[in-house]
Amino acid sequence: MSRLEARPEPSRVMMLASPLIAAAAMLVTGSLLFLFLGQAPLHAFHVYFIAPFGSAYGIGELLLKATPLILCGVGLAIGFRANVHNIGADGQLTMGAVAAGCVALYFDGVDAPWVLPLMIAAGALGGLAWAAVPALLRVRFNTSEILVSLMLVYVAYQFLGYLVHGPLRDPAGFNFPQSKMFGESATLPLLVEGLRVNAAFPLSLLAVLGAWFFCRHTFAGYRMQVSGMAPAAALYAGFSEPKNVWLAFMVSGALAGVAGVGEVAGPLGQLQPSVSPGYGFAAIIVAYVGRLHPLGVLLASLLMSLLYIGGESAQIELQLPSAITGLFQGLLLFYLLAADLFIHYRFKPRTRPTPTTPPATGPSASFATETAPHES
Amino acid sequence: MTDQAQDPGPAPGQQPRTRIEPRLQLLGISKTYPSVVANDGVDLTVMPGEIHAVLGENGAGKSTLMKIIYGVTRPDAGQVMWEGREVRIASPSGARRLGIGMVFQHFALFETLTVAENIALALDDKITPARLAPRIRAVSEQYGLPLDPERRVHSMSVGERQRVEIVRCLLQSPRLLIMDEPTSVLTPDAVQTLFVSLRQLAAEGVSILYISHKLDEIQALCDKATVLRAGRVSGTAVPREETAHSLAELMIGGDLPTCSLAPRAPGEVCLQLDQLDLASSDPFGTHLQGISLALRAGEITGLAGISGNGQQELLKALSGEQLAPRPDSIRILGRDAGRLDAAQRRRLGLGFVPEERLGRGAVPGLSLADNALLTGYLQPATGMLKGGLVRRGAVRAFADAVIERFKVKCGGAGAAATSLSGGNLQKFIVGREIRLAPKVMVLAQPTWGVDIGAAMLIRQAIIDLRDQGVAVLVLSEELDELFMTCDRIAVLAKGRLSRAVPVRETSINRIGVWMSGEFIETETIEGANHVPA
Repeated sequence: MSRLEARPEPSRVMMLASPLIAAAAMLVTGSLLFLFLGQAPLHAFHVYFIAPFGSAYGIGELLLKATPLILCGVGLAIGFRANVHNIGADGQLTMGAVAAGCVALYFDGVDAPWVLPLMIAAGALGGLAWAAVPALLRVRFNTSEILVSLMLVYVAYQFLGYLVHGPLRDPAGFNFPQSKMFGESATLPLLVEGLRVNAAFPLSLLAVLGAWFFCRHTFAGYRMQVSGMAPAAALYAGFSEPKNVWLAFMVSGALAGVAGVGEVAGPLGQLQPSVSPGYGFAAIIVAYVGRLHPLGVLLASLLMSLLYIGGESAQIELQLPSAITGLFQGLLLFYLLAADLFIHYRFKPRTRPTPTTPPATGPSASFATETAPHES
Repeated sequence: MTDQAQDPGPAPGQQPRTRIEPRLQLLGISKTYPSVVANDGVDLTVMPGEIHAVLGENGAGKSTLMKIIYGVTRPDAGQVMWEGREVRIASPSGARRLGIGMVFQHFALFETLTVAENIALALDDKITPARLAPRIRAVSEQYGLPLDPERRVHSMSVGERQRVEIVRCLLQSPRLLIMDEPTSVLTPDAVQTLFVSLRQLAAEGVSILYISHKLDEIQALCDKATVLRAGRVSGTAVPREETAHSLAELMIGGDLPTCSLAPRAPGEVCLQLDQLDLASSDPFGTHLQGISLALRAGEITGLAGISGNGQQELLKALSGEQLAPRPDSIRILGRDAGRLDAAQRRRLGLGFVPEERLGRGAVPGLSLADNALLTGYLQPATGMLKGGLVRRGAVRAFADAVIERFKVKCGGAGAAATSLSGGNLQKFIVGREIRLAPKVMVLAQPTWGVDIGAAMLIRQAIIDLRDQGVAVLVLSEELDELFMTCDRIAVLAKGRLSRAVPVRETSINRIGVWMSGEFIETETIEGANHVPA
């Protein structure tokens, strides 16, 4: 029977190489896919993966889309390291956007430098509060944080929908379900005039640095790592599981909330029925592709952002369906998981029992015995 | 599908049948793993009806050799001869077709299934459990291994589970039976019963390969012994003609190191269990009932018993990994500790070495330095933490000191815990806990899987702790070890704990009887005289 056999020691090189291998395999499969869709693979490849780098605007878009992915991905990675699975970053992002949006609309017309920091704080709190629900239920009632956080995503979507259709709808907006545009003081400053990338990007880099410091140098980071790698050892050492759950959800919820602020106070400039094309979910892939390491998450976010932007240009230039983005994301995760499997296991092909060999008289047998003492 | 046992044609050089062929002969077997040479040119000859011991310390290459014979692993070089013909054993089912059966040290049985269902699953030919039951009964009666085919495995003791494995092998009428450390889970009584069955099998012509590191058993049971040391055959012997000393010399290549326990007056009670009742969190676990025990400063208390009698539960209750229902059922240095978690108990002065090294006592993927931090952070004197940050220098210095003091063989403090052999990792964990200067120390199977030299180092370190006035509890399945290192011994059986009797006032046989739970009735009667206040 063919089977998978555990490797005695997983290779460190391959652990770092596997995201690259996965990305390469995704590109190859993608090219085949383009071929079947009747596109010239090289042209499609160029449109999808190279063209976005062709202009300053393209690079600005790349960083813009990477920002929420970095913020969410870094937070999720910290939790995933401790085996705390927050799947609801998209909901926390939405609630962060709602909280920041409420602040922006309440202080509409106030031209003060504190509005934006207040919005960021409100966004972080909004995400944190939303993340506190699954954390509390997990700690108190041992519910699955995966299910609860996931379900709360849809509650958050509906809540935002209610607000923009109702209380927060722009009275002068011809009944469109969206809020008033935020004022100047409630909008994140642009980094470079003419590009859409804004101050949330350097903020996300700060989050990467902070997360790296947390994982590398703090005892809390160590505790969470141990809990993820060996739960029994964490119990043995007396590390508290509730503490880890709380910390993981607080950090990832707050960061997702800030990502939401980056959207509504950035490219959107208002509350809309949807503030995220699923950044919070894509961030799960980002966290794993980035090997749950903050710096890895940064790189993975840029790759994922490229998939989003490439997907958009593929829609426009090649008339491909929008599902193409999700398809590439799925391919990437699929190949990454496959590559990871082979880091820890090797494939043993179906073995046929070898027939009995005649007693040792032939040269092959003497060869076998000769090689034996070679060792010492 | 080709059968290994298929006749390769006319056997060349037909030998006269008068000479008895060896049942199994290994010639120059070598096997190298990425980090270690497990077998290096090993020769072994087993005659029909012979009980042949394979003797060696942990890590000497016994298990690898057995895996090769049973077709689990393939050798890099060398020949396997089965009844005079060279064979290549590609898989365990191939080995079974040849007539080789193996009883593993750790059983792979489904607890929720019956004996017959378990055996039916493991057999190569598919037979329904119902049709198998009479055969199981017949075989088990024939060899004095009573077994009820309808019984579910979870209700069976470890000794009975072992019987299931043996009967499973016997149903296939093996001509060679491999037994891997079969007595490590048995009471002294059950060992004798097993030996009777094994002798009967041998008398019927079945060859038995008996793997062990227990010299007395091998002398009592085996006709011949092949001794392995560091992957090579260091000698063959007829055990009955040797002394334990000469066998040990072959096994470890030198004199047996010893440790000494000087008499010492115990001090005050440091850890007290008072009528501790605890339901197991494992559905098939053992509930603890009315456990009372006092550990005194400067005294080593041994805890004997067969695993599965509440050992895991008691250890977790002591360490704080499972909380006790009453705060005052566990007192550490005069403080109620029953509701304190593991970290809080450690702050009171408790040290603990668990049975599982990888995954509990140490995190496999982390370096030794990071593993020093695992419990070292609780001892402020180590200076590992400052304001919530980890001070890498202090952590490393601590790990280096443990590695040096306990002669841990490793690639330095940066080496991952998984890269160490079991014995060396155990030295590191024991060393870490000792260096944290506990006032009460609990050690579970401190020398399990550790070579004799290292075991003596660990035992001496435990005795040194006692001499420094630490209250020590050692849980072990090896009675010899307990009698060598303990002042008093108590037995845990069926979730109940016996009195702790001074070692000088008891004997291995008496403790062996207690291990089957015999003390319980007498204790209950004695206890009944005390009218509760």
